Amino acid sequence: MASSPPQIDTPIDTPLEVRNLRTVFRLGGGDVLAAVDDVSFTLQRGRTLCIVGESGSGKSMTARSIMRIVGPPGRIADGQILYRAQPDRPAIDIAKLHPRGSAMRAIRGRDIAMIFQEPMTSLSPIHRIGWQIGEPLLAHGLANRKAAHRRAIELLRQVDIPDPEAAVDRYPFEFSGGMRQRAMIAMALACGPKVLIADEPTTALDVTTQAEVLRLIKRLQTENGLAVLFITHDMGVVAQIADDVLVMYQGQVVERGSVETIFHAPEHPYTKRLLDSSKKLGMAAPPARPTVAATARTLLQVRDVALTYPAQATLFRKARPPTPAVRDVGFDLYEGENLGIVGESGSGKTTLGNCLIRVLTATAGQINYRRRDGAEVDLVTLDRPALRLVHRDIRMVFQDPFASLNPRMTVEQVIGEPLLVNGIMSGTALSRRVGELLAQVGLPRDAGQRYPHAFSGGQRQRIVIARALALNPRLIIADEPTSALDVTLRGQILDLLLELQRSLGLSFVLISHDLGVIRYFCNRIAVMYRGQIVEIGPADDICFRPREAYTQALLAAVPEADPRRRNLLHEPQPEGPP
Amino acid sequence: MSSTVADGAAPQRAPAAIISERALFWRRFRRHKLAMAGLVVTLLLYLIALLAEPIAPFDPDHGNARLVYHPPQAIHWFDDGGFHPYVVAYRLARDPATLAATYVPDPHREVYLGVWVKGDPYTMWGLFSGTHHLFGPVDTRQPVFLLGADRLGRDMLSRIVFGARASLSIGLVGVTFSLLLGIIFGGISGYFGGRIDWAVQRVIEFIISLPTIPIWLALAAALPKSWSPLTTYFCITLIISLIAWTELARVVRGRFLAIRSEAYVTAAWLDGCSQARIIFRHMLPSLTSHIIASVTLAIPMMILAETALSFLGLGLQPPAISWGALLKEAQDVNSLAEAPWLLVPGAAVAITVLALNFFGDGLRDAADPHGL
Repeated sequence: MASSPPQIDTPIDTPLEVRNLRTVFRLGGGDVLAAVDDVSFTLQRGRTLCIVGESGSGKSMTARSIMRIVGPPGRIADGQILYRAQPDRPAIDIAKLHPRGSAMRAIRGRDIAMIFQEPMTSLSPIHRIGWQIGEPLLAHGLANRKAAHRRAIELLRQVDIPDPEAAVDRYPFEFSGGMRQRAMIAMALACGPKVLIADEPTTALDVTTQAEVLRLIKRLQTENGLAVLFITHDMGVVAQIADDVLVMYQGQVVERGSVETIFHAPEHPYTKRLLDSSKKLGMAAPPARPTVAATARTLLQVRDVALTYPAQATLFRKARPPTPAVRDVGFDLYEGENLGIVGESGSGKTTLGNCLIRVLTATAGQINYRRRDGAEVDLVTLDRPALRLVHRDIRMVFQDPFASLNPRMTVEQVIGEPLLVNGIMSGTALSRRVGELLAQVGLPRDAGQRYPHAFSGGQRQRIVIARALALNPRLIIADEPTSALDVTLRGQILDLLLELQRSLGLSFVLISHDLGVIRYFCNRIAVMYRGQIVEIGPADDICFRPREAYTQALLAAVPEADPRRRNLLHEPQPEGPP
Repeated sequence: MSSTVADGAAPQRAPAAIISERALFWRRFRRHKLAMAGLVVTLLLYLIALLAEPIAPFDPDHGNARLVYHPPQAIHWFDDGGFHPYVVAYRLARDPATLAATYVPDPHREVYLGVWVKGDPYTMWGLFSGTHHLFGPVDTRQPVFLLGADRLGRDMLSRIVFGARASLSIGLVGVTFSLLLGIIFGGISGYFGGRIDWAVQRVIEFIISLPTIPIWLALAAALPKSWSPLTTYFCITLIISLIAWTELARVVRGRFLAIRSEAYVTAAWLDGCSQARIIFRHMLPSLTSHIIASVTLAIPMMILAETALSFLGLGLQPPAISWGALLKEAQDVNSLAEAPWLLVPGAAVAITVLALNFFGDGLRDAADPHGL
């Protein structure tokens, strides 16, 4: 198996051992919240331990406790974190060191290195890449400036950055997200650490980039014999990279075992639920998409839509040729149909969604919408009063359930707003309708009196859906409605939308980067790349018989949630195994 | 699938569900100790300004030619084993060598102080007349100068208390003017963006680039001396706020720009809200706390500006009393050497400005806990 650890002379080399770690946060009023509660594990040389869990499970806090970068009001209340540089050396208890003391500083970055989730913010924007990679060497007194520069080039070569001699003098903004994450990894490896902690290192990356970064981490681990602690919420990634797995829930370890047992013989109900949820949206699961009647009429005809941002000439720069965010997009949407738009970041899928509902105005093309009375209107040129009527039929569900609800309005006010401003109802009738809508999306009727901040992410997304439903719409454009949610909630929200579709006769345009979500939900899929639809067709054709090379690459990069079928870790070969 | 869990793994939140954003704001503010202290001091100062007549022990315009530059007297709290606050009276003596007049304590004469005692008659707010003061000498004929006397023998404490009225209110009135201008121009600039924004911002930059003090001086010097103190007062306020609104306009614009791109504003537009409703119902409520914070931070600027103008003799003119006008008395080095207590109004300005700044900082932190 590709993941078998390299043979090492000493029988078991465990550079890091965590025993009964407890990290607490002091809340107001003398309350204490245990973010990490009695967690124990060992990291072994050449092996990868994945900590998996949903938001708030304490997985990141565990990593931060090991690095001693938990800021107040948090602190380590109990437990040991034993670091052993060599198997025969006495262990150092990191939990007893002062977080800013010299002993801890000597370990941090040199013996234990960490890479973070956001490659955008975890590199300093004002320093050259090479300087940042050399910095830990200088800080630990392992090299002088010249040697550090040479080592930086060497490290950049190791992490597959093309032309490292030139790249070393670039600034982070000149790098793409994937290259930044590679540079982060190079920085982490600079001092030759024994332990690498990776905190959701691929979450902010596109799937194709994610596959490359995972391969890189695995390769470097084998080459350097690193003990890796890999933190993720994605069961697919776990199946691909883990040797051992720790499942965390609300600060506690609920299950531990080899990746094989966790995936094929899980015991704890929470582990089972996590696996079920991710399998449900996996590529092998039965989809739940609706059936579209053969007689269904078109609802939306999109023809040659383009959106080009005008290039602005300034005093010092001539106008560059304008770059289209979306171009030559055309498709039909039928009544009762779900169309998925899939693509990586920057592919123009969100821009297209905003054009369809006229948040942005397309600069070319037509979007013909067939109204209830049969008349067709072109959304691109519609004036505001007519557009207001159309906006009763076409509604939007946003990605971020925290930003899309006004924090100063109660839930009832938020959901009732479209009914109120369109003069449809007010007063007690409005309250009653809001209560109905809340019940429809599975929230208690009395939730209307509360403010949005009192609800969790999944509940907020239900509120957003209730607002979209208030005007009895025909089409809902959902822009990444599940990507801000934990995996166990994604399926629930999608099922809710499908159930509403059945009872209310809706159509959906679902925009997502997640092929699993799209496949589960949509009848047809449009694949976008650099502003264009490269392929459009029935969902199963796109997922199992893709014609375009880009679609094939996208599909190949989706991690399989099964450790027996690791599709990402070997380099893609031109011939490919059968 | 799992219909057993209402919302997946999310733990049940605390029952703090019906707390409004405003209550959260107040909760965050109260955690800020220095800001709470600032709030208390500010409220106290404004209370003093409001009730200057009964709080000041004497009539601020009532001078006594025989008590010129009378030094401050310390309060002794206990006498004869009981609580009997008194001050030791001073008498005028001639220095035998220089023949200069000096005040020397007269340990045998004690002037007892009382609370709510009869004193100089006054008319408060042009409505109520009275003769009782919060505290003062029990014997009306005895002078008491807790903070000394000025060159006409007037009680500095009473004058500072009355000066608070002009100085503090000029901050409020000036900020109101600035706020109106700032919200209108900043709001237009931030909401519409584009060319309008460009034009407004260039105008603001032009105004900011003007050297403030000479402009104030020129405008203030242009006010006819014959105008009544009240008219002068309003004109001075207007002059100060003509410059100060630019800061507020920038804050409002920045917030508008930030909130304009929030998804909930897009959602309101898609709900069919009119532009006015989006601005007033959806955007402004989120702005109020920020605006209040900036306003609070703008008041001390106004107070300092008034102080500067009056100190230079171009602000409020006697007989109007403001802290700046009082400090003008301290311009002369000779009189300052003789009566250093003429600088005490400066301390009042400093306390006020500090209190308002702490208060404003706290408001700002509470309004935007993750901001800069």
